[in-house]
Amino acid sequence: MTYFPEEVVERIFDFLATHRDRNAVSTVCKTWYRVERLSRRSVFVGNCYAVRPERVVARYPRLRSLTVKGKPHFADFNLVPHDWGGFALPWIEAAARGCPGLEELRLKRMIVFDESLELLARSFPNFKVLVLISCEGFSTDGLAAIATYCRVLRELDLQENEMEDRGPQWLSCFPDSCTSLVSLNFACLKGEVNAVSLERLVARCPNLRTLRLNRAVSVDTLSKILARAPHLVDLGTGSFTIDHRAEAYHKLINNFIKCKSLRSLSGFWDATPRCLPAVYPICGNLTGLNLSYAPAIQGADLIKLIRQCSKLQRLWVLDCIGDKGLAVVANTCKELQELRVFPSDVYGEGIAAVTEEGLVAVSSGCPKLISLLYFCHQMTNAALITVAKNCPQFTRFRLCILDPGKPDPVTNQPLDEGFGAIVQSCKDLRRLSLSGHLTDQVFLYIGMYAERLEMLSIAFAGDSDKGMVYVLNGCKNLRKLEIRDSPFGDAALLEDVGKYETMRSLWMSSCDVTLGGCKTLAAKMPRLNVEVINEMDESDELEENPSDLHRVEKMYVYRTVAGPRNDAPDFVWTL
Amino acid sequence: MEGEATYVSDLDNLKATELRLGLPGTDAPEKPTPASPRGSKRALLAADEECQSKSKSLGADSSGQEAAPVAKAQVVGWPPIRSYRKNSFQARKAEEEAAGLFVKVSMDGAPYLRKIDLKVYEGYKELRKALENLFKCFSLGELSGMEGCNGSEYAITYEDKDGDWMLVGDVPWEMFISSCKRLRIMSGSEARGMRSSP
Repeated sequence: MTYFPEEVVERIFDFLATHRDRNAVSTVCKTWYRVERLSRRSVFVGNCYAVRPERVVARYPRLRSLTVKGKPHFADFNLVPHDWGGFALPWIEAAARGCPGLEELRLKRMIVFDESLELLARSFPNFKVLVLISCEGFSTDGLAAIATYCRVLRELDLQENEMEDRGPQWLSCFPDSCTSLVSLNFACLKGEVNAVSLERLVARCPNLRTLRLNRAVSVDTLSKILARAPHLVDLGTGSFTIDHRAEAYHKLINNFIKCKSLRSLSGFWDATPRCLPAVYPICGNLTGLNLSYAPAIQGADLIKLIRQCSKLQRLWVLDCIGDKGLAVVANTCKELQELRVFPSDVYGEGIAAVTEEGLVAVSSGCPKLISLLYFCHQMTNAALITVAKNCPQFTRFRLCILDPGKPDPVTNQPLDEGFGAIVQSCKDLRRLSLSGHLTDQVFLYIGMYAERLEMLSIAFAGDSDKGMVYVLNGCKNLRKLEIRDSPFGDAALLEDVGKYETMRSLWMSSCDVTLGGCKTLAAKMPRLNVEVINEMDESDELEENPSDLHRVEKMYVYRTVAGPRNDAPDFVWTL
Repeated sequence: MEGEATYVSDLDNLKATELRLGLPGTDAPEKPTPASPRGSKRALLAADEECQSKSKSLGADSSGQEAAPVAKAQVVGWPPIRSYRKNSFQARKAEEEAAGLFVKVSMDGAPYLRKIDLKVYEGYKELRKALENLFKCFSLGELSGMEGCNGSEYAITYEDKDGDWMLVGDVPWEMFISSCKRLRIMSGSEARGMRSSP
């Protein structure tokens, strides 16, 4: 290979699809390193503090697509303080200076200010794709800047962000000359948008394929939009409140019928069962359906809808679908690959929704199922063993039994055997979340069998340090480990300190790790950042000078070549 | 359901389960609570400990019953649902709760309608009394529409979420108020038709 001219080597590298492979070839020799870095178009940074933005930009000046992730995963559940960090600005600034050809930016769990969005909009003349997932810190003013200055914008995708609404004008900022939009998702926006601007925008973008409206968009507007864009493939319906007797309803049905390309539906924020027949005409074509924000659609109506969706590959529902509903899914959706069942009654006791029966039904009826997120009130070992036998092809298996530490209700045993069966059977399992009553035994199984496991989430589980050690010793491919409320302490933490350099990160909260243990880890491993997050009570004077024996409430450890970060707030100590 | 945790979003409820010395009802010397929404670390620790000890005792306890009736442990970040999703349900609930449940009441033959707040009544009996009071100037006598009543010629009906007209009294009260959009006091032959069907 060394005798090939560099252009040829570059062509060969073009065939390398994954980041991992490209990273690997760059370490072979200086020539390959140079060829690889100058031809690299896309970079993924899994932890924004693992490397400095300037360094990334300096190494890959011809970068076109950048993806950066900020806060640890448990930030989704309010376990990480809001101002912990994960700022987008340094990345945008560095890219503005070093990679003017940047076309795509994808950020997850980061803090993005309006000023950052404005800088982004003005710095990259070819900017095409902006995706913000679970971010915060910006408002519609930032969106206005994007709309105004990104002349060739193709994709604006806002997923589940906490953003401030400063008015509907942002949408009108797309100039009349903007006709390039392919994907627009503003479902998480809380406020109104200007309906006329929206309709006009849709009308002048003939390539628009994905459009996800927010709750404020009326059915009337939806109807008009469908009439103008029957070539949509992915639709978020907006509020979907219709008076099913009104003329608007009939218009809507007619417009839906024309959408022959529609493959994915979501939204349905305020939908009631009477409105569902409007979508019946296209159900047979659907590959994706998200009803997880529609609590009013339950029972028989939900079942009737699902019976018509025989091509579904991805289904997100609330647990009011019930075991009966899941049995219907099992009978109907033979192409199903991904199922997510969310709890509908988060704050109180509700109608008992789904149990192990529903899961078993789906596992036996849907041969292609590979990804699962399942919230339920109870689970049994027998059921899990059956599921493991039925579906050895799981790559993602996340089970959440709502009552922490709940055992098998039939045998009163911990769920070790059930989860053990899952990891033993599913050889390709990459992601696993545990729940229910679990002892160290389950971690022995995980260490033994879960060879491909990359991400493990543990809560209220285990008896002793042995549990965590089994996992650290056994799972060769482990990248992310997050643990909460489990009795793992310093002995487990320090058992194999080198392991953490092979992983992206470790999170431990409400465990038995002490400050002394963290300090020891930090001292032994200079290329790890060991962060201790101290949310101090004003009344707790003891916190001022805590002893090494003091239990650490929250700890976040990650490998980095950037050293301790310089933007950490007061309550984060990097040891 | 035993042991099911309830999940709070504000500090006040946390305080209610904070472990303190002192008789119930007395105010123990208050610790200054932090302004930030992060909440009292002690209370959370207490909740966490309670949760851990609960789960530990489950293994030992063969009967499977939870021993103490739970001061339900309030666990931060559980169940693991994205705040975005939790907030959208919370917002919806808040909308429903704050609004009160005012519905129009019409009575056949009356020149105007009335409005009542369903939330203030505890059951069908109170509702019936209230309606009688509202429309007594139109000389109703006793209102029918409930099982067992064979009083006058009126029946109380309601329009539900699906747009159907139903006889009041069939479903549990909670279910009724969550699906009732408006009330109509039906008279004469129409009412008889409704009452005679099984």
